[in-house]
Amino acid sequence: MIIGVVGLSTLILLLAKAPPMAAFQHLVMGSVGSWLKISQVLTGWIPLTLCACGLVFSFRVGLWNIGVEGQVVAGAITATAILRLGVDGAMPGTILVIAFLGGMLGGGLWATLTGFLKVKGGVNEIFGGLGLNFVAQGITLWLIFGPWKRPGVASMSGTELFPPSLWLPSLQALRLSPAGLALTCTVLVGAAWLMSRTRLGLALKGIGNNPRAAYLHGLKPNRYIIIAMGLAGGCAGLAGTFQVVGVYHRLIPAISSNYGYLALLVVMLANYRIWATPAIAFFFVCLNVGSIQLPMMLQLDSSLSGIIQGSLVLGALLLYGWRRRRQGE
Amino acid sequence: MRIALHNIHKYYRDVHANDGIHLEIAEGSIHGILGENGAGKSTLMKILAGYVRKSEGTIALNDLPVEYGGPSKATSLGIGMLYQDPLDFPSLTVLENFMVERCRGFFAEEALHRRQLLELAKALGFQLNPNGRVRELTVGERQQLELLRLLALGVEVLILDEPTTGISSIQRRILFAALKKLSQQKKTILLVSHKLKDVETLCDRVTVLRSGRVAGEMDHPFDTNRLLNWMFGSMPAQPPSSQVEPGSPVLIMEGVSGSGGRAGVQACSLSVRKGEVVALAGLAGSGQETFLRLAAGLKQPREGTIRIGDQVMTGKDHHAFKARGVSFIPTARLEEGLIPGLTITEHFALRQQRGIKILWKAAQRMAKERIKRFRILGRPSSKPESLSGGNQQRLLLALIPEDPLILLLENPTRGLDMESIRWVWDHLMSYVTRGTGIIFSSMELEEIIQVADRVVVFFDGAMVKDVRVCDTDLHALGQAMAGRV
Repeated sequence: MIIGVVGLSTLILLLAKAPPMAAFQHLVMGSVGSWLKISQVLTGWIPLTLCACGLVFSFRVGLWNIGVEGQVVAGAITATAILRLGVDGAMPGTILVIAFLGGMLGGGLWATLTGFLKVKGGVNEIFGGLGLNFVAQGITLWLIFGPWKRPGVASMSGTELFPPSLWLPSLQALRLSPAGLALTCTVLVGAAWLMSRTRLGLALKGIGNNPRAAYLHGLKPNRYIIIAMGLAGGCAGLAGTFQVVGVYHRLIPAISSNYGYLALLVVMLANYRIWATPAIAFFFVCLNVGSIQLPMMLQLDSSLSGIIQGSLVLGALLLYGWRRRRQGE
Repeated sequence: MRIALHNIHKYYRDVHANDGIHLEIAEGSIHGILGENGAGKSTLMKILAGYVRKSEGTIALNDLPVEYGGPSKATSLGIGMLYQDPLDFPSLTVLENFMVERCRGFFAEEALHRRQLLELAKALGFQLNPNGRVRELTVGERQQLELLRLLALGVEVLILDEPTTGISSIQRRILFAALKKLSQQKKTILLVSHKLKDVETLCDRVTVLRSGRVAGEMDHPFDTNRLLNWMFGSMPAQPPSSQVEPGSPVLIMEGVSGSGGRAGVQACSLSVRKGEVVALAGLAGSGQETFLRLAAGLKQPREGTIRIGDQVMTGKDHHAFKARGVSFIPTARLEEGLIPGLTITEHFALRQQRGIKILWKAAQRMAKERIKRFRILGRPSSKPESLSGGNQQRLLLALIPEDPLILLLENPTRGLDMESIRWVWDHLMSYVTRGTGIIFSSMELEEIIQVADRVVVFFDGAMVKDVRVCDTDLHALGQAMAGRV
């Protein structure tokens, strides 16, 4: 696996006429070369891993939750709304906790919309989710330029910055939030536990593999589809909340940083196994952060990291597909 | 065409499906391939038809060794296979299906193909309407169409896989007459079957496969006992018949109508008593499938009432029926009954109704115990897709609750070999002695007469006959199935 990853990345770098060794060196140094860089990577790792955890639920029940992007945004909007209400209040710690709970709820409810569209209206979750992504994005822009605009002038740079009391506490020098890390690890362990030890996890797996048989075995597929979407959206909502309280400290148009879509790739590369996701998420963020150096050092475009990520996922899907076909024969 | 298969091997991961098979088939002969399920007959035929690649060995046609990568190459060499489920396009017409692989030029030349279709059909005694939609045809008619299509493609060797499953006795007679005629025209015919009767009436020579090897070969006339010995090792005993005196009604259906399948069901009334075994006979698609699903709460009736004991169940879903003691076992074991990808242990864990956590130890223990009791060839960690059909059926039976009130079974012995059939019925009869009422559908009249107390015949969505088995016979049932009451 690792050899394949390195090999394919090298191939892409060669195609881009980049010296592979130098490029790798810059990628590594630019992502884990210093504590500051590592903390930068971890700050991206948190929302990406949260989204990926959620997606494991929806993939497990057999759904393509493309709407994860909109669920991140819905969580971010809900969290922003709560923080705005709490700007003048005392007890900022409590407000932050409420913001996370609200963000989770907001993302979860947004996702169940897709779920209900599917089970009640027969709308494929890919189309429903994609539609709701645009709606969520539209609402964000409307809020930034309308009701929540900055005093004086509305701008693409987002809403007004929250006071530092409502920022997620972080380690001074590194700008890394221990609370965010702890939350992500908790969600990761919790999701893995739900998946492997509980009736819920088994029911999701059963329905994902054969909904008709699962019904005969006494499970109600529609109910579990809603639950899985709710859980997936809840995790995405947490990611959105973290983007607001831990990274940007305001609502911006691109609040999701595309971590939802990237998380789909992470989970596919992980072959839907939850324990593989944190490592792959880490690697993907390293590519993102590390590639920022490439234009300066090697006159390469930083979008090279996207090409590497996409190619790796396609390569992995191809590999899984071949393996499945060989087993099927 | 003369066919020689030499030392054919086929490995599927850890299964050795064909283990060095030698087979020679003379031109113009009707050659039967017999064997129980999993004996390797389908694999061997699919290799010959180009549908499956062999792992080792050689194939020679008229003494010339050939290699081919796919079914279309096999067809161009003159080998065509009629699969159990005909490979056709249900939404197209008969003529369009006939033309689809033959049109090579830019223009469809419909008139030409129509003429050829009608000529070929007439020569073989088939009656097909070129403008009819294929989805409205019976399995037998679709088979006839497929046969004509292959012949029109210039096929010299015809492989038929279980061609008499799901067709009426009249269609069987027409098919057999057509095959005899084709063999007189020097076409070579291979008939795969596990029905001795088919092979005995039709074949000149038969090869019996067992565990992927040739167990024996014999020319007409056949010694049935030896064939059975080759197939099973020892003679299987006949399935038992029920000896229980039925009690009070457990399931009552009154004037039930519903849609589904080709015919739906119209105004069906049936009462099943404790310990009674009721068989549903009829050609595939005559309404028995829909009837079973209505009785299981899987479909909602348009009108009529369904009662379990004295409780009215009309309008409730399958889970409510299940809670009242109704178990349903579908015929599509892997598609509807079991969950591929889940281990046997996980299947048992799914039955745990309470608590958040799964009690894995208990599930594992149960899986082990049931595997032993139901004699399933597998481990707790096996997944159903790796089991044979017989073992999948055993697993399905192992998964239903102990002592159900009513057991609804859709073609429970479909595709099973005689040993498994016997085991399944032995097991089901043990439920009956404890008072379970059984309703099952079956395509095999012999099986129905053997095991059922009562038989209900469906024709075109209606119950045309409801008699005690001791008051009827094969002939009368066959006529009722064809709509002559």
